[in-house]
Amino acid sequence: MNINTTKIISLLFFIFSAFYLYTAYQIQVFAFDENAPFNARTFPIYLGYAGLFFSGLKLILPDPNTIKVEHKSLEYKKTGILILIAIIYGATILKVGYFLTTSLFLFASYYFLGERRWILMFLLSFPFVAVFMYLLHGILDIYLRDPFLQSIGVMG
Amino acid sequence: MIEGILIGLTTALTFQNILMVMVGCFFGTIIGMLPGLGPMTAIALMIPITYGFDPATGLILMAGVYYGAVFGGSTSSILLNAPGVPGTVATSFDGYPMAQQGKAGKALAIAAWSSFAGGTLSAIYLLFMAPSLSKVSLSFRSPDYFALMILGLTAIAAFSSKGQFLKAMMMVVLGLMLASVGQDSLSDITRFTFNNMNLTDGISFVLVVMATFAMSEALTIILKRNDPTSAAKQVSLTELGSIKINKEERTKMYKTIPRSSVIGFLIGVLPGAGATIASFLAYGMERNVVSDEEKEKFGKGSVNGLSAPETANNAACSGSFVPMLTLGIPGSGTTAVMLGALLGFGVQPGPRLYMTNPEIFWSIIMSMYIGMVILLILNLPLIPYIARILAVPKNYLIPLILFFSVTGIYVMSFNNFDIYLMIGIAVVATFLRLYDFPMPPLILAFVLGGLMEENLRRSLLLSNGSWEFLWDRTLTACILVTTILIVVWHIYKTFKRKN
Repeated sequence: MNINTTKIISLLFFIFSAFYLYTAYQIQVFAFDENAPFNARTFPIYLGYAGLFFSGLKLILPDPNTIKVEHKSLEYKKTGILILIAIIYGATILKVGYFLTTSLFLFASYYFLGERRWILMFLLSFPFVAVFMYLLHGILDIYLRDPFLQSIGVMG
Repeated sequence: MIEGILIGLTTALTFQNILMVMVGCFFGTIIGMLPGLGPMTAIALMIPITYGFDPATGLILMAGVYYGAVFGGSTSSILLNAPGVPGTVATSFDGYPMAQQGKAGKALAIAAWSSFAGGTLSAIYLLFMAPSLSKVSLSFRSPDYFALMILGLTAIAAFSSKGQFLKAMMMVVLGLMLASVGQDSLSDITRFTFNNMNLTDGISFVLVVMATFAMSEALTIILKRNDPTSAAKQVSLTELGSIKINKEERTKMYKTIPRSSVIGFLIGVLPGAGATIASFLAYGMERNVVSDEEKEKFGKGSVNGLSAPETANNAACSGSFVPMLTLGIPGSGTTAVMLGALLGFGVQPGPRLYMTNPEIFWSIIMSMYIGMVILLILNLPLIPYIARILAVPKNYLIPLILFFSVTGIYVMSFNNFDIYLMIGIAVVATFLRLYDFPMPPLILAFVLGGLMEENLRRSLLLSNGSWEFLWDRTLTACILVTTILIVVWHIYKTFKRKN
């Protein structure tokens, strides 16, 4: 059996399905429902077995279409930085507010992706977010929480 | 039916809704044109904006985005040989050679007219078929629905891509597993929440769509930035040539369009098949029916070879609305996204939609006609300008996609946990995409998960726990036999290819 990344993913999925199945059996159902033809754990149990079946087949059967990924040509560093910025964005958006965090997120993302046209970067962050916010909050009446703008009296 | 058409026209022809179709077509074209971003991403990005509208307007906007994105995908196929969506791969076979011969404008015009004709013809088929189908579907019972969902999920896995059936089935199971998180709909028992209150209501559909499509596509583009085989090419578009189609070319299109539209529509109606198969079949059929002289031109810039897949893929888009509107079962990943959005509006598509919400049912169908007209009016004169969007720098595009994704979740839940969960799912999805695990089956399964469990529950309770319900009714048995035939056909094809 040729071990490649697809097989490793299938193995991980097999383990995940086994864990899912174990958790499905642990679902607490009402006493009167325990022997019913269908209760809250029935469908997840079938899904767990289905996951084991398909990932097991993928593991056992030969893989004619082996996918080869050229890891050297992939931009892991920039992707990682972008994910990190997105996590920081997610962590601060509620506390700081939509406008400032979104604008800073966009500006930082442009920068880390290699952009250096400062005026364009600025226009596509702060004013762009302000217009988008006006569209959502002002015109479409979609509530946007923004403690920062509220603290300086821009938003009611 | 006349009354329904009038209701639909009244709703679709309001100033707001016409504006929405225009906005949808325009943004759909732009998003669909960018390699890597297809109709699903385009619609997913529009979901937060539709929150502020009523269901009919929201759906009209999404339908406009859908058609626009499909046309946009054709543009990048023709100009860059980089299809934005799988449904436009066949378009590049003759569209790109035509563009290389200095006839890019003409190729785009043929694509626009063929899309328009295909979409309009199939909207007419839909107009007549949908009401009668919705009457037939009223006779469907829980076992039939359950079997139909199995058919839909198997079909989308079988048709997803060559030799990836097992991978697609794994994605189907993963989608169903994600859908099972949260409270059980009947007993309110929480499942797979691990005592996390944020998961009690389950994982939001918008979150899963944004993570697996918009966000993971953005991450994939960055990840593959230096990959020479990736479609992320930058071009300079200065010379597109004339967009005029001469009499001889028009004559060829008159013959191609009707037959391709019928194929496209019928394939689109089948659960799981969709625009990709429709366009390939139409291309293959066209090559078989044309003269030997014309056959020689296929792959080198044939008008028939370009017109056939373009007509078929747009016709399939309309066709895929049939199972969604009449049965409440989406036939493709894109209609699954739209179904999820409809459920979010509190509208349950299915046979009763035709009676309970006729304004939504008919306004979607009528807005398709209007969408086609607007797409043509908007895109033909704007082709030279729209084409320049293809040169948009990725440095700006990627952060904007991420921003729209996070905003979508933020306005929905105001919850940090959902944003982290979205990023987590997006990272996993990006990794899975690298190894060709398809995402549309996951989305379709996620949308159908709740309905599937509900119908299985009813069927098993009615049959006292016996699985005989699967063959008790002729209709259920027929659907399951079709499912088995699809699987057998797929296995046969795989073995044939190996030999």
